[in-house]
Formats: sequence, structure tokens, C-alpha cells
Amino acid sequence: MSGGPAVAEEAHLASSGTRRVDLKTKLLTAFVVVTNVLGNFSMSWGMKHQAADLGLSPLAYIRLIFTPWVLLGTALLIIWLLSRMTLLGWADLSYVLPVTSIGYVASAVLGRVFFGEIVTWQRWLGTAFIVVGIVFVGLTAANTTKKEPVR
Amino acid sequence: MKWLMVGIIVGSTVLADLLQSFEMKRHTVAVEDLRPGRVAGMLAGLARRVPLVVAVFFMAISFFAFMKLLSVADLSFAVPVTAASVALETVLARLILKENVTALRWAGALCVACGVALLAM
Repeated sequence: MSGGPAVAEEAHLASSGTRRVDLKTKLLTAFVVVTNVLGNFSMSWGMKHQAADLGLSPLAYIRLIFTPWVLLGTALLIIWLLSRMTLLGWADLSYVLPVTSIGYVASAVLGRVFFGEIVTWQRWLGTAFIVVGIVFVGLTAANTTKKEPVR
Repeated sequence: MKWLMVGIIVGSTVLADLLQSFEMKRHTVAVEDLRPGRVAGMLAGLARRVPLVVAVFFMAISFFAFMKLLSVADLSFAVPVTAASVALETVLARLILKENVTALRWAGALCVACGVALLAM
């Protein structure tokens, strides 16, 4: 195997959980969070402002997708899906999941501000737990199974 | 109905994420592939990978179940409660994907799971 010392150092840093997360991973993580939060918000806005009861008919849901807010939400969630897929190639699943959980906090805040939803003290405490969890996971290496891109 | 939708969302999300993580680690996307001129080719390449297609199918199930959940529950309930998958997926990432889940990462995942439980109350 070539690059012995570099590979050994990489493995050591990954196993010790102290390797720094690179800038591209940080930026993509932020992008994933923003598209997810805005997508969920648009979807929720569209769902709450549709009049008819949807029942369980798939056709009703497909029709609903073509209403403006739900369409915007769907477009944002497609972008979120593709960017998150890319992120999962750059970082561990067990890293991506907790770190992107900041989106849950943002959704709770948007629900409170824009929809007037009641956010109880339990929900704020839960939000605080999520933030602490994100900080913990954010201190670990992003990728512990690193592989080079295949061309 | 509410909890049935939560179950469907969590189950299909777990399967979709494991498949995506497994496949995207086998052939990662390089930063250069995200440039406007190359995105179409990159997307076409992704669409030819069977595990990703199956993952998207499970995500579609999760998506429609999520739409139903939003119509019967608050956004501030619907989004956080589906994070129940975090704890389950962290365990499966260790067991199936062989990721190095350190003590700090376990603690973080546990905090997130506790947070989700509180949000769901």
C-alpha cells in the first residue's frame, strides 16, 4: 500500500475521533440543513392551507404536490435529498444524522413563529438536548471509513 | 393514524439511509462533480445505481407518510418525532456499515434521542 505514514496517521486520527472536519463537508452540511428546513416549512405551509381532507388516496397527494407551496417544498426536498446523498459519501451516517438534527430545532422555531404552534417547555428542553448532542457529535471525525473518490 | 405514520416514516427512513450511506461510500461524489457543467452527468450516474434507486423508493414512502403526518399533526411535533431514527441508525451504522462510533458520538446520539423523546411528549 502506498503512502504508509499518511495512511497510518489518517487511521489514527479517525480512530481517536479527533480529525478536523474539512470545509467542504461543513459547507455541504449547512446547505443540507437549510434546504431541509425550508423544504419542510414550505410543505407544512402548503398542507395547512389546503382545504380538502386528503384521506388515504395517493391521487389526492399527487395533485397536492402541484400546488405552489408544496411544489416549492418538494423541489427543495429533492435538492436536499441529492445534497445529503453526496454528504453521506463524504461523512459517516452516524455523523450526518445527529449534526443535521439542528434542522429539527429550526423547524420547532419556525412552527412557533409562523404557525403559532404551542412549543411547551418539554419541547424546548428536547431542543436543548438535541443541540448538546449535535455539539458532541460535531467534535468527532466526520468520516471513519474514508475512501478516495472513484473516477 | 399519527403513530402509524411515524412508524412508517422511521422504518423506511432507516432502510433508505443505510442503503444510501453504503452505496455513496463505495463511489463518492467528488467536489468537481458538483460544478454546473457536470451535475447532469453526476445525477445520471446516481440514477444507474440500484441501491440508490431502492433507497429513493423507501424515501418516497417516507415522504408521502410525512405529508399525511403533517396534515394531522403540528410541524413542531412531526419533524422532531421522526428523528427517532437517529438512535436506531447509529446502532446499525456501527453494526452494518462498520463505522467507528466513539463514546462521544454515542453520547451525542443519545442526547439527540432524548431530545426527540422530549419533543414527542
